[in-house]
Amino acid sequence: MDSVPHTALRRRIAPEPARDAMADITANVAEKPLIEIENVSFYYGAAQALKGINFSIPEKKATALIGPSGCGKTTLLRCLNRMNDLILNTRLEGKITLHGRDIYAPSTDVINLRRRVGMIFQKWNPFPKSIYENVIYGLRIIGVKKRAALDEVVEKNLRRAALWDEVKDNLHKGATELSGGQQQRLCIARALAVEPQVILMDEPCSALDPISTAKIEELIHELKDTFTIVIVTHNMQQAARVSDYTAFFYLGELIEFGETAKLFTAPEQRQTEDYITGRFG
Amino acid sequence: MAEIQNTLEHNKRLDGLFAVVGLLATFVGMLTLSALLVDLMIDGAERLSIGFFTNFPSRFPERAGILSAWVGSSLVMLVTACSAVPVGVAAGVYLEEYARRNWLTTLIEINIANLAGVPSIVYGLMALGLFVYQFNLGQSVLSAGLTLALLILPIVIVATREAIRAVPATMREAALALGASKWQTTRDHVLPYSTGGILTGVIIALSRAIGETAPLITIGALTFIAFLPDSPLQSDFPFVSWDWLMSPFTVMPIQMFNWISRPQAEFHLNAAAAGLILMAMTLAMNAIAIYFRYRFRKKLKW
Repeated sequence: MDSVPHTALRRRIAPEPARDAMADITANVAEKPLIEIENVSFYYGAAQALKGINFSIPEKKATALIGPSGCGKTTLLRCLNRMNDLILNTRLEGKITLHGRDIYAPSTDVINLRRRVGMIFQKWNPFPKSIYENVIYGLRIIGVKKRAALDEVVEKNLRRAALWDEVKDNLHKGATELSGGQQQRLCIARALAVEPQVILMDEPCSALDPISTAKIEELIHELKDTFTIVIVTHNMQQAARVSDYTAFFYLGELIEFGETAKLFTAPEQRQTEDYITGRFG
Repeated sequence: MAEIQNTLEHNKRLDGLFAVVGLLATFVGMLTLSALLVDLMIDGAERLSIGFFTNFPSRFPERAGILSAWVGSSLVMLVTACSAVPVGVAAGVYLEEYARRNWLTTLIEINIANLAGVPSIVYGLMALGLFVYQFNLGQSVLSAGLTLALLILPIVIVATREAIRAVPATMREAALALGASKWQTTRDHVLPYSTGGILTGVIIALSRAIGETAPLITIGALTFIAFLPDSPLQSDFPFVSWDWLMSPFTVMPIQMFNWISRPQAEFHLNAAAAGLILMAMTLAMNAIAIYFRYRFRKKLKW
């Protein structure tokens, strides 16, 4: 219940060879993998945050990353669009591929990668500009200027983010005047406007009220027909509700990965069961 | 119980005591400034008239004015702003957004911090050797403007960095996650959101520079000038003239210095009046800085 399981857990996980774990894990995925994570370790200076992670993220599905604070799930998420490049003194070992291409290869264009892999942050962060300007920023920077094309993009993506009806008469109003939930949906619209393949969501609802949270969860359900979604969440009910696959992390290691329905009803690992039943974490 | 009561009483007395001491300390600064202003006003107010602004200096105190001084100060400030702002802002942006965190960057940062503490007359000496003699710019508006630009450069750099640092990292992340390059992120977000802070720093720096005397005397500013530099705008083609840059000049504090060093008491009144105007210029610049800060802060919300 308290600190005892932590050390006990660590001992139980350590002897398992990583390769065998991977064989199990990949067997759980029937879908075509879009992102493959191969033996990834990540370091902040000397501190190791991820330890030999192996699993694949299937295309056009929602994959949830769960686990207690500090388990490495956000670190892994930020590896997928190389946001961790911004942090000094970090190092990644292993390989992450998108469509079979190594995203950490020297030839990879980070800007191009980030256009394919969009991101929604824990705290909504619209630019202090108008709603309209926020949605089109991803197009502005590649030189799209035609008013008609931009108007179309704004409407399409605000509709996709279920925000259009609330803001259509005020498109030139300041984005930061919207409510928190609306601002987060605006950030989703802004990310969608770039037409990425993958959308990373870093606890997108953790600062929202239940109604706004429900709206965003509903949105995730609709978006996964078009996009591949990877969502970090602290809320296990949320993971169970929105995701098709779930990965459970503990102390920088991937303990279990599989179909959400199975992982939550019949987990293979003892630690997973302890966590999802609330016995620790 | 009584002991605790005593301690509480004691604490309360200390609290009251500090409030009084703090109030007095605050008044020292306030009173000094007001005393200075009142003193200047008593002496100089009678000399303030339209003529004082439109007359050149003269042998006769009642006919002497500050025309060449305020025009000189304005032109020198123009050169200073045009050279210090782009260089200082670019350096600040580079250090904050681009430079790698290593020993070289640290060394540069320490140097800039120290540069802000170099006495202004040392800048004058360096400018005399470099601008006046080496580059042959002469004892001109251009030399003076560049000298003061060097003087305020560290202030502009530090102000720029502070302003940029106040932009939340989440704004940079938002732009980068959409595939913006570092330059696009800086140009579209970091700089626009820090403009208020940068402008404030620039104006405070310029109000420092406008009162500087020593470095300009060192490079050979004249104390008696009875003509104006060529106007930058001309009526004939090509309509713009750069001759004013190479013209000899005087500035407000030097004009004051000249008058105060004369034996006749009437000239001292002129000096007081010029001082009043110089103070008004400085306070006005600070007021503009505060206004900018207020406006830009109000507009930004995250």
